[in-house]
Order: sequence, then structure tokens, then C-alpha cells
Amino acid sequence: MRFERREHPSRALTLLAPVGAILAALIVAGVLIAIAGANPFRAYALILNGAFGSRLGISETLTRTTPLILTGLAAAVAFRARLWNIGGEGQFYLGAIAVAALGMIPAIAAIPAPIAITLCCIAGAVAGMVLLLVPLGLRLRFGVDEVVTTLLLNFVALLFVSLMIEGAMKDPLAFGWPQSVPVPDNTLLATLIPRTRLHAGLLIALAMAVLVWFVQARSVFGMRARAAGLNPRAAAFAGVPLGRTLIGVACLSGGLAGLAGAIEVMGVKGYVTTDLSPNYGYSGIVIAMLANLNPLGVIFAALFTAVMFVGADSMSRALSIPSYIADVTVALSLLTMLVAIFLAQYRIRR
Amino acid sequence: MTRVLELSHITKRFGAVTANEDVSLHLDRGEIVALLGENGAGKTTLMSILFGHYTADEGTVRVEGQELPPGRSRAAIRAGVGMVHQHFALAPNLSVLDNVMTGTEPLWRLRSDRAAGRAKLVALSERFGLRVDPDALVSDLSVGECQRVEILKALYNDARILILDEPTAVLTAQEAESLFATLRQMTENGLSLIFISHKLHEVMSASDRVVVLRRGCVVAERRTSETSREELAELMVGRKVERPARAPAVPGRVLLEAVDLSLHGKGGASLHDVSFRLRAGETLGIIGVSGNGQTTLAGVVSGLYPPSSGSLSVDGRAVTRHTVPDAIAAGIGRIPEDRNAEGSIGDMTTWENAVLERIWSPDFSARGFVRRAAARKATADILARYDVRGASVDGRIRLLSGGNMQKLILGRVLEAGPDILVAAQPSRGLDEGAIAGVHARLLEARGRGAGVLLISEDLDEVIALSDRIRAIVNGRLSPAIPAGRANAQLLGLMMAGDWSAAERIEAETHDAL
Repeated sequence: MRFERREHPSRALTLLAPVGAILAALIVAGVLIAIAGANPFRAYALILNGAFGSRLGISETLTRTTPLILTGLAAAVAFRARLWNIGGEGQFYLGAIAVAALGMIPAIAAIPAPIAITLCCIAGAVAGMVLLLVPLGLRLRFGVDEVVTTLLLNFVALLFVSLMIEGAMKDPLAFGWPQSVPVPDNTLLATLIPRTRLHAGLLIALAMAVLVWFVQARSVFGMRARAAGLNPRAAAFAGVPLGRTLIGVACLSGGLAGLAGAIEVMGVKGYVTTDLSPNYGYSGIVIAMLANLNPLGVIFAALFTAVMFVGADSMSRALSIPSYIADVTVALSLLTMLVAIFLAQYRIRR
Repeated sequence: MTRVLELSHITKRFGAVTANEDVSLHLDRGEIVALLGENGAGKTTLMSILFGHYTADEGTVRVEGQELPPGRSRAAIRAGVGMVHQHFALAPNLSVLDNVMTGTEPLWRLRSDRAAGRAKLVALSERFGLRVDPDALVSDLSVGECQRVEILKALYNDARILILDEPTAVLTAQEAESLFATLRQMTENGLSLIFISHKLHEVMSASDRVVVLRRGCVVAERRTSETSREELAELMVGRKVERPARAPAVPGRVLLEAVDLSLHGKGGASLHDVSFRLRAGETLGIIGVSGNGQTTLAGVVSGLYPPSSGSLSVDGRAVTRHTVPDAIAAGIGRIPEDRNAEGSIGDMTTWENAVLERIWSPDFSARGFVRRAAARKATADILARYDVRGASVDGRIRLLSGGNMQKLILGRVLEAGPDILVAAQPSRGLDEGAIAGVHARLLEARGRGAGVLLISEDLDEVIALSDRIRAIVNGRLSPAIPAGRANAQLLGLMMAGDWSAAERIEAETHDAL
């Protein structure tokens, strides 16, 4: 058996690859569910039912989808330019804590809500950017591998948040729980469906996906970023300013991850804790890969991931299968997606 | 004579491109067959099918009467077919013996039988006159020796049919001669050979029979003794090819002037106090052994590296900031030394590659967004006007052959109407027809008043195209001599750093410049 490169991978195949990957992941995870002593079909039915079966289920799924779209986009734009940003988690937290810090300024509570919300979004995005620009600077200046630095900065960021919410930003009214002072009411995002947690952040995330797609597919910056990622030497010869392009990519990527954190604070919790993110940043990497780095595909990949997480919770209550099966399925889908991408580009010959 | 190899009616398509169409070819024992064709004629594809790297869409391969299963290199090896690739597949950190034995023993064997391997290798190298030390590290070997190891690798697998893909591409003239002597000796020992080439003189001197491939089809088959270089050239290209000749021209104003340019440590070699003038309507040829700073010089003029000291002026104006977009905006067209690594981005589309270096211009973008329709249209024009074959506007560029890639690069550069053209190794790796095309374009640019800075290792090319010639040695430029006074001996001295004769000639002819 051997592999031959397809010179013209068909569009249908490229679109089918993630579907096939998810199916394969579900089959393998189904075997694990069966080993755990439950009927996989029933388990998946329960997962779907948990995620979509009720108004609450749907709203919870979409609430989860929101930050995942943004962190997925953050990874996708960076990876397109071969900037390996593994630091989405840290950028998410830094974005969140920036909003909480801004909310502590008394003047913020006094300004109209749209302006306050815009300011908070900017603060969160800028915080995320800064955290990614540091490793990028190290790479451009000294050639330090950003995979290592961005990954390790996640822990630095989380510990910094921990320091803040146990100290300077600790909420005195929280009965000693480590959480930040809540942000003022005028920065909270509107609820989309009454009596659920679903908030307007979903619309922001969707708008961002379309915007990022447009920038990537149509703008000079998008074309340069792709060129810089695919062949830096040829890009430099064609006059692409490599450093500046990567800085732009880093601002976009870090900004999106920071925005995810900001929106999670303003839309869901209202304050920061160290369990604000159930690994949204890391899941973003899987989502970007599942979407084949396509910004519009990120929406669907994020939805799939959210369905697995929300559905698995209710499935585990009914079947007493650990809800870790969601993590396993999502992780498997990353592996199967890598295989699917390969198969979409190569054909197997005997 | 016994027929050892027979390819019948082989057809291979890649998407819409047909690489081989109904190709039939045979080889008799003890024969040397040359497979002649331009780049992109389908020679390598055909041999890859024979060797099982590709699977043919139609047709069969028979070795000594037995049909080979398609797509299995191992079956081909077992049947006695050996392939020597153009780019060596050797591990530089291993010894010759290790390289030869790799892959010949089952993986699950704990001990490798090196004594037997060595004995076999030594016997082979004596029998076929391929002298090489089995214990030498491959990284210490010369290119010619590496090739011997590649051939030994095939023979070690008991190859009786040997396929050599452009075996002389990397060899010096002497090495090539000795290679062909060895090949002849190998056929006397019962081997049969096919070698792929686009060089007429070696086909004429080394083969028994020639099969000419053009655009994927066999267009002719001749006994070498019954044909001539001229006939083969015409068969290969499909028409008579002659490299265009340079018409005399009177140089105009100074377009590019470098004064004491120095650069340390960028792009490989350094430059030291390089000064030259390039006038409108003239070609200045820069020759030199590679690694002497020509890449750096091209990079500085192209805007890739700012010089550490010295000045550059374009059309009389001193240049302060000289980035790539500045260089292009100032009317400098650039043909990169390495088409694939520097001149193109394989996974981007043809149109993106065609416009990327001028994407900032209002022709191709507005308010930060790409004007896709305009870019596509401009690309389609280039493809048509510069006869780029095998490319589609929206297809990835990686499929283009070297000659067509160069046409596209020439097209994107010349369509901008540059006053100055920096052409680095413009015909490296191209076949005869493509070289003639590139030369015609360069002469055309000179003819319309552009100044051409031609940086090349090919002396024939430099003598044919240039008005004046300088050599670059260790980052320093020699005096300039007029092309009319150039000969191989003088240029050889200049490249070796002996500039006394060149200085005398420059002094004599200085008024004329």
C-alpha cells in the first residue's frame, strides 16, 4: 500500500474530511462506551438529547459554543501563518482578568452600556495580544520556539490570575472564595433567550468568524500571512514584511483568545475564577484543526465540541459513564482529523 | 539479442495533465538507451512508472518477459531493475557500506551480516570499475563518488537493468566522461541501461539508441550512429532552436550605480567595496564560482538586504531606503536564483504567485483588499503572452515545470516594465528550448532600453548576452572587460582572482564604456 499525492484535492473531499473524521472518532469512542458497559447508540442518543433536547440544553450548548468559536479562530488564524500559538488558554484568562480589572474603575459603571462593553472587549483583546506578542518577539529576535513559550505562558497567566483574585482583585463579599470583584452591570451582555445563560456574545463570535474569513480570504494582509506561513523565503523575496505580518497575525490571534475570555466574563459569570475556562484555549486548537483552519468551519467544529461536552454531562448522569468520554471523543476527533486531512490530500494505491 | 525490458502503451495522467501518452519502449541486453526530452516531456514520470513509484493508468511493464505488478518498487527491484535518482538518496552520516546495505536485510534480523555485505560490495566495485572506499563517510565523498555509491546500491540489489535519471546533472565534465566509460564497461558485463538526459552531446557519445520524448509521447527512435545532434535537437524541441544573438547597442544613461557597497555576513558570502555602473540598454554580466558573493549582490540590489556601507543610486537618485517594494517601485525587476525556494510559493495559486510581489500596487489591491478579478486577468494575460504551459490561473503553482515557472516569473517581472533587470542564474536547470526563450526575453528587455544585471555561472550564457563582463571573487568585483574581448581562458583567470589582464583591457577600453 502506498500514498500518492492528489494534485487537485477535490472540494467535496475537503468538506467531507471533517465529517468522516468525526464519524470515525465516534465509532472508536463508541467502543470505549461499550467497554464501560453501556450501549453506545443509547449513549449518543442521550448526548444529542442532552445537547438539543430542551430549551435549556440548546442554550447551554450555544453558550459553550461561543468561547470555543473565538479560541478556535485564534488558533486557526495563527496556524495558517505557521505561528504555533498554543497559548490560547493563557490569553483567554488574561483577557478575562483585564475586563475584571477595568470593571473595578468606578468611572466605567457610569458610562452607557454599549461604550462600556466595547471598552471591555478592547481591554480583553489587548491583554490577549500582549501575551502572544511576548513569545513572538522572542521568536523574531532570538529564534525561540513559540510552541514552548506560548504553552508555558499558559501556566504563568493562570497563576497570575490566581494571584490577582486572591489578592488585589479579590471580592470581599464572596465569603472568602477566590474570585474577582464582579464587573458592573452595564458591562454585562444581553441575554438572547430569557431565563437561560445564552448571551449576545454568540453574535459577536459569529460576526468574528465571518470577519476573520473575509480578512483571510480577501485582504492583502490575509494573503501575505498565508505566504509567510507557506514559504517565508519566497514571501520575503516578494516583499512580504515577515516580522510585521507575523505581528499582525499575533495581534489577531491573541486578540481573539483574549476577547473570548472577556466575553465569558461579561456574558456568563460576571467575575473571574480560576475555573472560568474548562480548557477553552486548548480545545480551540482541536477546533481549528477540525475546521481545517477555515474560519467558517470553526463555527461548526466549535458546535460539535460543545455538543459533546454539554451532552456528555447529561449522558453520564443517565448511564453513569464518566463524562470524560467527551474529552476522549474530542481528542480522538483531532487524531482522526489529522488522518482525514492526510487522506484528502493523498490517495492510497495498492 | 534478448529483450530485457518492455514498456507497452503506457499512459499516465495527473488530473487534466497527461504526462505520458501511449508510450512504448524496449531495451535489449547489453544496450544503452538514452531517453531524450526537454524538461516536462515526461521522461522522469515514465521511469517512475517503470520503477513502481507511480501507477500507470494504462499499459504494462515487462521485465524479461514477466509482467511487473504496478506500483510496487519492491517487485521492480526483485525483478532486477535499479534506479539511480538525479537527487541522491544517501545518508551523509553513514558509511558507504551502511548506505549500500540499508534496506537489503530484513528488519527483524538482530545482526547485520556486514562481512558478507562488504565482500559483495568490494567484488562489485572491482568488477564494474566503481572505485570507492566502503568505510568512508558519505559526507566526505565528492559528488561523483556519491553517484558511484548510488549505482553500487542498485547493483548490490542484483540489478540487471539500470535506470539513471539525468546522471550528469551534478557532475563536472571530467566526472561525466568517466561515468560514461564506466557505464560502457557495465554493459559489457551484461547490464542493460537507460539514461535520461536532455544534453545532446552526451546522448550522442554514450548511447546505442535514442528514444525522443516530447510532451509525453515518443516522437522518434533512432540508432545513435544513424542520427545527428541537429536532428535530435529538432526532434526534441519540435522545431529548430537557436539561441538568440545579441545585437549591438549603444548604452544610454547610467541607471544603476553602486559605490563601495559592503555587506557582512548576510545571505552567505560578504561583499567588499563593490562598485559598478549599469547603463540603459546594456547587459552587465557577473561571473563567478558560486559562493563568492553573487547571491548577496543580487540580494542587495533586489532590496532583500540593506548594505552595511556604501551607496546605491537608481537613475541618478541616491537610494536611502531600499526594501523589496522600494526596489520594485523604483523599476527594478528581479529574477530569483532559486525558482522554487525563492521565486514561488508552491501551495498558493498561480495568480497569487503572479501578483504577490506587486500586491501593494493599486492595480492589484485597494484599501487593503485584493482586487481578485484584476489579479486573475493580469495572470491570464501573462500565461498567454509568455506561453506558460500547464498552468491554470486558479491552480496551485507547484505543478509547473522549471521552464514554465521561469516563464511565469519573467512574465510577472517584465509586465511591470522594469528599467533595471536583475537576473540571477536565469537559465539554471532549464532545457535548450526554454533557455533560448529566456535569452530572447532578456535581450528584448535590453533592446527596449532596460539595463540588465546578469549574474550567472554559465560562461557561454554570459558571453552571449553581456556587453561587459566582471567577475566576482570573495565578494570583490573585478574590472570590466567588453564581451568582445572575452574568452574562456581570460574569464577563467578573472574568476580565479587574477585580474591583471582584465585591468589592462579595462584601461584600454575605458573610453568606450
